[in-house]
Amino acid sequence: MIDYVIGPFQYSFMQRALLVSVLVGFLLPVVGAFIITRGRAFMTDALAHSLVVPVSVAFLLGFTSYITAVPGGIAIALLMGFLSRQTGISDDTSIGVVFAGMFALGLIILSVSAQIYPGRVPPIEDLLLGQILGVSQTDVLVSLSLTAAVAIGIYVFYRHLVFTTFDPVGARVSGIRTGAVEYVLLALLALVIVIGLRAAGIVLVMAMLVIPSATAYLLARRFTGVILIGAALGVVSAVAGLYLSFYANWPSGPAMALVASVLFGIATLHKRTFTIRADE
Amino acid sequence: MDSEPGITVTDLTVERDGFRALYNVNFHIGPSNLVGVVGPNGAGKSTLFEAIAGGLPIARGSVELHGIKGRPGGLAYVPQRDNINLRFPATVHDVVMMGRYCHLKMFRHAGRKDKEIVRSCLERVGLWERRNALIEENSGGQRQRVFIARALAQEASIILLDEAFSGVDVGAQESIIAVLQTLRDEGKVVMLATHDLTNLAERFDQIMCINRHICAYGPPAEAFTPEVLEELYGSHGMVLAHTHAGGETHIETHMRHD
Repeated sequence: MIDYVIGPFQYSFMQRALLVSVLVGFLLPVVGAFIITRGRAFMTDALAHSLVVPVSVAFLLGFTSYITAVPGGIAIALLMGFLSRQTGISDDTSIGVVFAGMFALGLIILSVSAQIYPGRVPPIEDLLLGQILGVSQTDVLVSLSLTAAVAIGIYVFYRHLVFTTFDPVGARVSGIRTGAVEYVLLALLALVIVIGLRAAGIVLVMAMLVIPSATAYLLARRFTGVILIGAALGVVSAVAGLYLSFYANWPSGPAMALVASVLFGIATLHKRTFTIRADE
Repeated sequence: MDSEPGITVTDLTVERDGFRALYNVNFHIGPSNLVGVVGPNGAGKSTLFEAIAGGLPIARGSVELHGIKGRPGGLAYVPQRDNINLRFPATVHDVVMMGRYCHLKMFRHAGRKDKEIVRSCLERVGLWERRNALIEENSGGQRQRVFIARALAQEASIILLDEAFSGVDVGAQESIIAVLQTLRDEGKVVMLATHDLTNLAERFDQIMCINRHICAYGPPAEAFTPEVLEELYGSHGMVLAHTHAGGETHIETHMRHD
């Protein structure tokens, strides 16, 4: 039994994968806690899909995808924030427009890149569904750097993020620049999505942001509890997904999302059972 | 520079979506004043508060708080129920602590002094015992008192309360007013927007009647005349009695639902 647990980590690619899984599992739900309490899950999904554009441009130009994904992700996040704040179009509509347009553009650039430079572009399933077992040394270093950046961002702006999430008008009146805080959150969101792309893939990175936080929301009473329990559940989901990916050869994104969803289902049943008992 | 304490609004015009939401608004409210702001839906009460709070572009005119244009601080806002995110799991203590955030330096966490201030503010509004309750677990009246405690923790000298009585029963309204009157006595400027026309004369020092401009402003007995009510509510509102008896003002209003 113990061989099944420890055995895979004799391989260096599994050690790298474990480190990135833990980072992704921990970090995404921390930002996700703000996202779900603000009701912005759709924006997260849209942003992840839009990242196909900077990632595919990197393949076309022969760069590592992080060079374009980090600034590209932040730029797209800020564009979405700007559109929903400035155009007067409803949030979900403007996000939907950017989402569809960017995803379409990204897939076309990817297809063109694959035709011009066959072999340079990785399989599209890996990009969409994640491939945690293929994590490189560069991925680890970039993930560690971005994790440090996000952790510092959350630490510095925590109070501002909390106040503006709970009461935006009250926060603004008390002197907090709520517009700037909104853009900070979008930039942090873009960074964690970039970190999560390799593990969870474009299609399911949203799952790792939203589902552990949503589960924690059912279990915790206070916001700090949502963050801490969400991070713990995220790590459990990501590492369990890594094992499933290794042993069952499942794509890592769906494996992690499935574990996170099962945990959500258990938490829902638990809450429902205890709520009904309390009512009796 | 004029440094008159309180709120001074001069020739204020505010446009929203190309529509003049407020025009030609002029008033001054000095310290130690509890002002009730009344008017129908869409009259511009919230717009006026947002303009005072610096959250809206001003088409013309100016807003000065303690003689300073812009956002000098010292202002607190008690939001309408719809404007707070009740999905956010915050306790009563957490919410009042938010009032301290503007006093904390960038990398500093709340210290013992902040916690003591939060405690004394919660004790003043009679909610220290409920400090660990989630904000959504409180009644409308308790929630308003939590936000008043937050304004106190913020050490604000001007407090704006938007629709403070909506969803609050009369008994709880009286306890809110009692707290606000003590703040008024300490020299603070308190403006409270409300739809509720009950006991205006007993509750407020001044009444500001708004319907996109100021229809009347002054002590309740002077401001709240049948003509002003007609201007505010048109044919839907009428004053049945507006009498002075023994120096006490009684205002009764009945809304016609035809």
